Amino acid sequence: MIARPALRAESGGRGARAVQFGTSRAGRQVRSRLHESDSVGLDVAATLDQGDGILRVLPVAPSDGPAPAAGSTSPAVDVDQQDLREMYRLMSLARRADLEATALQRQGQLAVYPPLIGQEAAQIGSAFAMAPDEWIFPSYRELGAAVVRGIDLAEYLEFYRGTWHGGGWDPVERRFGMVSVPVGSQTLHAVGYAMGARLDGRHEATLVYFGDGATSEGDVHEACNFAAVFRAGVVFLCQNNQWAISVPLSRQTAAPIWRKAEAYGFPGVRVDGNDVLAVYLATRDAVERARRDGTPTLIEAVTYRIGPHSTADDASRYRSAEDVAEWSERDPLARYRAWLSGNGVADDAFFSAVDAEADAMAARLRDGVVGSTPRPVEDLFAWVYAELPPHLARQRADALGDAGSGTGVPDA
Amino acid sequence: MARALGEALRRSLAEDPRTLVLGEDIGKLGGVFRVTEGLQDEFGEARVFDTPLAEAGIAGVCVGLAVAGWRPVAEMQFDAFSYPALDQVISHVAKMRYRSRGRLQMPIVIRIPYGGAIGAAEHHSESPETYYAHTAGLKVVVPSNPADAFTLLRASIADPDPVIFLEPKSRYWAKADASLEGLDGDGALSGNGVGNGNGAGNASATGANGKAALLTAAARTVRDGSDCTVFAWGAMIPRVLAAAQAASERGTEVRVVDVRTLVPLDIDAIATAVRETGRAVVVHEAPLTAGFGAEIVARIVEEAFDHLEAPVARVTGFDTPYPPATLESHYVPSAGRILAAIERTVAY
Repeated sequence: MIARPALRAESGGRGARAVQFGTSRAGRQVRSRLHESDSVGLDVAATLDQGDGILRVLPVAPSDGPAPAAGSTSPAVDVDQQDLREMYRLMSLARRADLEATALQRQGQLAVYPPLIGQEAAQIGSAFAMAPDEWIFPSYRELGAAVVRGIDLAEYLEFYRGTWHGGGWDPVERRFGMVSVPVGSQTLHAVGYAMGARLDGRHEATLVYFGDGATSEGDVHEACNFAAVFRAGVVFLCQNNQWAISVPLSRQTAAPIWRKAEAYGFPGVRVDGNDVLAVYLATRDAVERARRDGTPTLIEAVTYRIGPHSTADDASRYRSAEDVAEWSERDPLARYRAWLSGNGVADDAFFSAVDAEADAMAARLRDGVVGSTPRPVEDLFAWVYAELPPHLARQRADALGDAGSGTGVPDA
Repeated sequence: MARALGEALRRSLAEDPRTLVLGEDIGKLGGVFRVTEGLQDEFGEARVFDTPLAEAGIAGVCVGLAVAGWRPVAEMQFDAFSYPALDQVISHVAKMRYRSRGRLQMPIVIRIPYGGAIGAAEHHSESPETYYAHTAGLKVVVPSNPADAFTLLRASIADPDPVIFLEPKSRYWAKADASLEGLDGDGALSGNGVGNGNGAGNASATGANGKAALLTAAARTVRDGSDCTVFAWGAMIPRVLAAAQAASERGTEVRVVDVRTLVPLDIDAIATAVRETGRAVVVHEAPLTAGFGAEIVARIVEEAFDHLEAPVARVTGFDTPYPPATLESHYVPSAGRILAAIERTVAY
């Protein structure tokens, strides 16, 4: 059957083509960086592919050019030009930082790293739709979202350097949860946070990332259910990158991910996850719903993990080079650059400046990672409890004293 | 004890507007054991609310609620129903302070009715304390009587760290414990039993200003004696006291220490008691192997080896699944089994 994005809870009576992105006054008021007068008045495409029910703004491949695809709907992209450029800048920084992190792992500077290459649009488009004081709960591949939050990426990579669990940044200051590896578990934290915000009378949205594999986990089901029951304003952003390490989507679910939302009682939408504008607009719409009355939304961002699951993975054992090549054609960065360029939103000088900034950022990141040292031994005990209980005080004394340094006998 | 726990929740809700109570059937029904009876009427559905039937969900949203600055007190309906929440408890509730370098506090209390000897169906009689005590970042508390239940729950809710609060369900409505006269307005313990093991117990549970204070290691001597010390907690305390009384009638004076806080463990109180009595028995309902009794025995060996006059005995459940109700009397340590262990230890 033809799948249709249910962008709005109340949009049931509209035709399949009448997909509207949220452009309400209320939405503008809470997002001060959007100004109608500056928005791009382009009649661009939000194509609704009748085959895969996917919401799309950008042409699938850069070579398709900037013109709307035939048969598409045409809502204006009412996004400030500066924001359009900023999303490209953030995607570029994420791409560059991701490549640098992968290189750092290959050089032994990180213990492991899960590359996000190919998923920049899914991450930047969604995180950028959030107000800076609204919380984001990542899983473990969200370096791109961390870039949006202005997190020091050397601190972000502390997790992967084995410097500190969770990462080194201040989650409260950045409104960005700690790295969460138990798959899907962070979705419940986002729901609990949103429930708490609602109890405080705050009308805000909370964004949580997870993957296609996580949709098999009970926690994600429980999180969606709790969110619906308690009207917790969570945007569930599923990056469906087609692979959970070596297991394909077909082994995770027999149903389209976005349609699961209907069973919980809230809107679900499938977007082209390699189309930053589609992701941004769909998330902005979901954020408005969440702020308005606590309606959660499930967004399935269809994308592809161009790299391995992690640097410890050999993806060639389970997927074909042709698949990777085909998805590489839909590279989110190249697509967006072509669109920005073709629509006169950004020029070569802008792209050059962004590239130079990314290079400088990568150099700083490298210096920050390579120059970082392990935390002191005292940190083993510092935050287990608010106050060190007696039994741990003894162990701390042992670890810091002669017993800790031992006899110098090698371990093996 | 159920009423004492309810009163502790009521006062914490009244005192601190950030305190929340959530769980399955804890609203209108007042919980399957009626611990939360009347709380929703008094404090409203925003602060005292039923959740979907999903224990991992309950524990997981507690993490988010804590990030949002709330102090959730969650009820798991029965011991074995807490297992679906173990991933959230072990991987997040217990570790979030550590992994965030102290930036995210988890002032969460998870109340779990535990233990057997109530003729219940399968999955309703387990003693899971070891799972939690083995998880760094959690505190694990087990009251044995209403006064302790009140004080320790108040302290647990006030504590900035996550507390697993195990409630001995066989004591919820014990007639011998029915009086609440031991509770005073500030939550201080009355003179229930003999007094502190080392002075750290009662004083730790109530701050100078009358508000509940932080939870600290708080073992408590509930019967004095010089021939042998029995260490136990929760529902085993009345049985241990019965065995001690019987031993006394046979000429053996047994000291009984209610451990109360498994984490943090009152190692000094345990060592002191063994140094003074020279003999020790540890009693718990959970299975023998790797039960928390093993930890207490190890501490005794480390701290008081030179004072031991006999091997330390353990009286516990068996290394079997918790049995059907018609067989549980053979599984749960009885006063008779405890007395026999005391006599063996004293005669060694």
